[in-house]
Amino acid sequence: MTTKVKEEIDFSDAAGSDDLTPVREMVQACIQCGTCTGSCPNEFAMDVTPRRLWRLVLTGQREEIFQSQTFTLCSACYYCTLRCPRGLPLTEAMGALKQLAAREGLTRHRQSILFYKSFLESVRRHGRVREMEFMTLYFNAMKNPLLPLRFAALGVKLMLKGKLPLQIPSKGGGALAALFRQAAELEEVP
Amino acid sequence: MKYLYYPGCSLEGSAREYDRSTRVFLTAAGAELTEIEGWTCCGASAAEATSRNLALALPARNLALAEKMGGTKEILVPCSACYLNLKAVEEKVKRDAALLDRINDILAAEGLHFAGRVRVRHLLEVIVRDIGPDLISKKTTRSLAGLSIAPYYGCQCLRPYAIFDDPEAPQSMAPIIEASGAAVHHWDMGGKCCGAAHMNTKMAVGMELVRSILSRARGADAVVTVCPMCQMNLEAYQDKISKLSGENLTVTVLYLPQLLGLVLGLSEQEVGLDLNLAVTAGFKEKLRESLDTAAWRRSNRLDNHRRMAADV
Repeated sequence: MTTKVKEEIDFSDAAGSDDLTPVREMVQACIQCGTCTGSCPNEFAMDVTPRRLWRLVLTGQREEIFQSQTFTLCSACYYCTLRCPRGLPLTEAMGALKQLAAREGLTRHRQSILFYKSFLESVRRHGRVREMEFMTLYFNAMKNPLLPLRFAALGVKLMLKGKLPLQIPSKGGGALAALFRQAAELEEVP
Repeated sequence: MKYLYYPGCSLEGSAREYDRSTRVFLTAAGAELTEIEGWTCCGASAAEATSRNLALALPARNLALAEKMGGTKEILVPCSACYLNLKAVEEKVKRDAALLDRINDILAAEGLHFAGRVRVRHLLEVIVRDIGPDLISKKTTRSLAGLSIAPYYGCQCLRPYAIFDDPEAPQSMAPIIEASGAAVHHWDMGGKCCGAAHMNTKMAVGMELVRSILSRARGADAVVTVCPMCQMNLEAYQDKISKLSGENLTVTVLYLPQLLGLVLGLSEQEVGLDLNLAVTAGFKEKLRESLDTAAWRRSNRLDNHRRMAADV
C-alpha cells in the first residue's frame, strides 16, 4: 500500500513539506483535547480521528495524512470549529487538506476530487452549474459504467418533475474562464 | 423589507420549488426581492475542496455584482451552502484587508471590484427577524392545527457564524411554526448534519446520517428544511434507507416557505407542492382537512358575528 501511494506523490519531507505549513499554522495551538473528534458526525466512518489527524499535521506526517480518508469525510458541519476550546478553524483546515489532495491529484481520493472538479468545470463553462452536465462529466471521468446506475432512479424522478433540464453538455463560452485562470495563476502567490 | 436576491444554482434546477415558494411567500408577507443581475455559482462545497482562491473569488464575484446594483445592500440567500460561502467572504474581509486585496486581484480579471459593503442574510433569518411570528399570525388566513412539524435547520445557516440562532440548540423556527397553528415536533436533530455531498461520494456514510435524522422524525407529520441539499438528502433516499434499515422511515419533507405560503392562503400549486419528492398522501389529506376545518371555523365565527350584529 505504502509503495503504491508513494508512486502517486513523493511524501518525503523535502518535497512539499512547505505545502503543509498553512495547515500546520491553523492547528498550531491544538491541545489534543479531542473535542473535535467527539463532535464529528462522520467520525464513525473515519480511519484516523480528527484529533489524531491534527497531531499528524503538527508532526508533518504527510504519508499517514493523505493515506487516511479522514479529511474527505468532513462534511463541513462546523461543529468542531464551533466547539474547539482554542478557537481553531478546523473545518477550514480539513478544506485545506482537500485542496492539497486535489492539487496533487491523489488516486486514493480520486472519487471526491473528480466529483468536485466536474462540478467546477460546469461552473467555469456556464457560470452556473448545470446539474445534468456536471453528473455526466463526473461519470465520464470516473470511467465506471456501474456508477450512473446508482443515481438512475433519482435522475428519473427529478426528470419527471421537470427538475433536470435536459441541456446538452456544451463547452459554452467559458463564462468564468478568465476568473478561473486568474485564480489559478495567483494560487502560486503565498 | 427590500432585499437583493441570490437564488443559487440549485434553485434553478432540483430545488425549483424552493425558489418558487420563497418568492411567493415573501411577496405575500410584504417583502420585495430584486435578483442580482448576472449572478453565478458561489462555489458550493466544490471550490473549498479544490482551490482556496476560487473558494474566495466565486462568492466574492456575486457580492461585487450586488454592490453594483444600488439600493439595498442586504442580500437574501435561501440556500445554506450559498449563504455560508457568501457570508464567510463578508465576515473575513472585515478583519483582513490583505485578503480583500487578494480577492480584488482575482476579480480584476472580470473588471469587478468588491468594497466589502454588503450584508448577507439567510432566508430563515429574514423570516424569523424581519417578518416574525406576529406578522405571520396577522396575515394567516388558514391554520395548520392538528399537524406536527419537525424543524430541521441543518448546519451551515447556524455554524460557524451564530447570527440569529443558537448553533448548538437552534429554536428560531419554533415560534414561526406555532404561528402557523401547527405543533412543533420536539427532537434533538434540528442542527445535525445531513451528510451534505456524501450521498454522492460516500453514500454509506450519508445514508447513516440521514437514517438517524429520519428515525427521530417519527411522529411528525412533516419535516421542514431551509436548504436544498438538506431537502434532497432527507427526501430522495427514504425508500432505500427504509429498505436497508428494515423500518418505514417515510416522512413528508417540505421547504419552510412552502409551509408558510400555504398558511398565508397560497395554493399547493403556487408553493410547488407537486415538485417535492416526499409528500405522502396521508400528509396531503391531513393538510387539506386542517385547512378546511380552519376555513369552516372562521366562516362560522364570522356568521356568528354577523348574527350578533344583526340582533343588536
